[in-house]
Amino acid sequence: MKRASFNQLGLPVWLLLPQLVIIGVFFYWPAAFALRSSFYLEDPFGFGSTFVGLDNYNGLLASAQYVKVAVFTLGFTFLVTFFSLSIALVLAVKADKVIRGTRTYRTLLMWVYAVAPPVAGFLGVMVFYQGNGPMTEFLAWFGYEFRLGVNYYDTAAAMVAVATWNHIPVNFIFFLSGLQSIPQSVKEAAMIDNRSGTGRFWDITFPLLAPTAFFLLIINITYALFDTFGMIDALVKGEPGNNPMTLVYKVYVDGFRGNDLGGSSAQSVILMVLVLVLTVFQFRVMDRRIHYT
Amino acid sequence: MVHVALKNISKVYPNGVRAVHPTSFDIEQGEFIVLVGPSGCGKSTLLRMIAGLEEITEGELSIAGRVVNDIDPAERDIAMVFQNYALYPHMTVYNNMAYGLRNRGMAKDAIDAAVSTAATMLNLTELLSRRPSQLSGGQRQRVAMGRAIVRNPALFLFDEPLSNLDAKLRGQMRIEIKALQRRLGVTSVYVTHDQVEAMTMADRIIVLNAGRIEQIGTPAEVYHYPASTFVASFMGAPPMNLLPARYNGNGRVHLSDSVHIEAPETVDYSGDIKLGVRPENVGIVDRSHPDALHFDLEFIEELGAGRLLHGKLADSGLIVHIPHTDPIPSGDVYVGLPKSALLMFNPATGARL
Ligand SMILES: Nc1ncnc2c1ncn2[C@@H]1O[C@H](COP(=O)(O)OP(=O)(O)OP(=O)(O)O)[C@@H](O)[C@H]1O
Ligand SMILES: [Mg+2]
Repeated sequence: MKRASFNQLGLPVWLLLPQLVIIGVFFYWPAAFALRSSFYLEDPFGFGSTFVGLDNYNGLLASAQYVKVAVFTLGFTFLVTFFSLSIALVLAVKADKVIRGTRTYRTLLMWVYAVAPPVAGFLGVMVFYQGNGPMTEFLAWFGYEFRLGVNYYDTAAAMVAVATWNHIPVNFIFFLSGLQSIPQSVKEAAMIDNRSGTGRFWDITFPLLAPTAFFLLIINITYALFDTFGMIDALVKGEPGNNPMTLVYKVYVDGFRGNDLGGSSAQSVILMVLVLVLTVFQFRVMDRRIHYT
Repeated sequence: MVHVALKNISKVYPNGVRAVHPTSFDIEQGEFIVLVGPSGCGKSTLLRMIAGLEEITEGELSIAGRVVNDIDPAERDIAMVFQNYALYPHMTVYNNMAYGLRNRGMAKDAIDAAVSTAATMLNLTELLSRRPSQLSGGQRQRVAMGRAIVRNPALFLFDEPLSNLDAKLRGQMRIEIKALQRRLGVTSVYVTHDQVEAMTMADRIIVLNAGRIEQIGTPAEVYHYPASTFVASFMGAPPMNLLPARYNGNGRVHLSDSVHIEAPETVDYSGDIKLGVRPENVGIVDRSHPDALHFDLEFIEELGAGRLLHGKLADSGLIVHIPHTDPIPSGDVYVGLPKSALLMFNPATGARL
């Protein structure tokens, strides 16, 4: 690696300053603020605040509603990650086999990724719309009345479907390039060693994709946990009511709708810890395992 | 006994490239066949068709008496060593060798025994628990060999297995592979573009050119009696001299209007020919010799074991190889072309007359 040497400290500090300022103002300062306010009970009308220690956290854990949202978030994250990873993997394996047309296929799929989550949410609303959404009508054929925004499970299913659809493309691209980076001769050697295509997939292809898959797993969990905010907002039309929501959405609902700044801050702190844990886990595993070369 | 039989095998790739023209030959049980030819001549394509990795466009292939055109690579009872070794990066050396055996339902004890025998043969015993990334190039090459050996297949296929090694190791592995093959007695097809490998390892060489067989023969046959100018100039370093000449059916070959020598044989042909002679068969002779021809010496290349004299004979380029014990010629040099070492080729078709 090339090393530049600086005689005084002045220049490097100046060069780093904009970045440091941005991180400080937009990340550390709000984080510190959230941490602080999670220990206070904020007066909803802005007349000062009282230190309450861990009350906000205790309150959260005791709240049946919070636990319910946490459980939903867990299930939602699991389902979205599972479906978007496995569907993308199947698509990538198929695409890897067809040499011709792969690029068209890839571009078509990639467009989906260009759809921002809130827009994906609106598309979801259109597709699952109560009156005449195509999916609603399709399900009606089978005698099922799909009620988006009314039935808890229907809404949850729509959320999972939209989030999965929205995140398949990234997974697909990564899986496809992972598949294509497996040397042809290794696949051929395996063809001589094992007659079963499925066997070869699990013994050779899948382990060689493991680094990609693990990276995507983290990306997908992060996506489902944090990036689905806009999509959920669109699906529940800003009226959470009895609808399912994720932890991140609840931070917003409690903080901005319910004006419970303390409780909402405590929730953010919990989420920050979660991100921290995920990141540490990712670096640990990436460093230790699944490295072949 | 015929072990592998190719009958009019040809290959046309989906993009329309005809990589192999209809080709037929038989391989005997235990034979070591080397496919040699310049880059792009279809060697790998032919080998991969035998392996089952490439579909056979037309023709019939049989291994050990069984037509295998439509049989999976895994069921052809072959083992292949790839140019880049193609080891499974996530498996230990042991598992790399054991994988093919497990999939054939071999018992664990038998696998253990087979792997350890092969590992001993190849000096890999210490390395069994390592991953390919923790091995040197030469060790990877051995593992690739081991993976083929443990299978005890009916046929070994090698696609330029030594081309990623340095010259010294290549020379060493060449001998080892040949010795192993002798010992195991497994029929082998070996692809290379290195004519030294071809000469030293083969029982029979198949020279390919642009998807067609130019010649099949023992290394000595191919070297001394090349079937065409292509083979003559492909095999041997430096290659065979090919001098433009005329043959008029009168028993003499004219190298120019004034220079002519006795023809090696009488053939039913007259007109322009190429006269072939290996550099080491050209002798430096005394001016008084009856068949002495004047050689216009231009420069001398020192090889250590011998010397290459570059120059002109009747205005065409000629290379002469002399042993290092011979005196370095100078001044007026005369050469003799021994009749028994001369070959005549048709310059238009390249075929030997
Ligand atoms: N998959 C393919 N599709 C189309 N044409 C191909 C394909 N593979 C090889 N060819 C063509 O077939 C011809 C023979 O290729 P092949 O790989 O058999 O050559 P080779 O003798 O092994 O050469 P090298 O010594 O460079 O490995 C070449 O002209 C090549 O361009
Ligand atoms: Mg090749």
